[in-house]
Amino acid sequence: MDLENQKRVKALAEQIGRENIVVLLGGADAEASGLIAETVISGDPAFAGALTGVSLGLPVYHVLEPEVRREIDPAAWETNVAMMEMVLDVEAIVKEMSSIREKLLS
Amino acid sequence: MLLDGKKLIILGDRDGVPGGAIEACCAGKNVDIVFSTTACFV
Repeated sequence: MDLENQKRVKALAEQIGRENIVVLLGGADAEASGLIAETVISGDPAFAGALTGVSLGLPVYHVLEPEVRREIDPAAWETNVAMMEMVLDVEAIVKEMSSIREKLLS
Repeated sequence: MLLDGKKLIILGDRDGVPGGAIEACCAGKNVDIVFSTTACFV
């Protein structure tokens, strides 16, 4: 996860309070999305950014996960996300995100 | 409801779903987008 974004996320969690935040991802693949999810839950696994050793425990979902999709207006979904839903490996993304949350966010 | 009343941090991806597209999906919902960005790995 981008070092600048780690700083922003850390600062926002401190300002707003982590219990009010949900992180939504649009990552192109399962692995990259999983790494970002891990970073905002338990800290930077690369030990490089502001979230190194910081466990924010933020709830994090990929926009293609059913938990998110069911809350979005179908017309807005069709216009903004449907095309990428056809080309990305949704099954792998959903599996990775669920696995990371189950493992780290308990 | 997962998103209702929440502050959203949106981390989009130029090669996946960009931040702007996720923002557009949240328009009209009871959410507050506090940060939105789109990663670009080119």
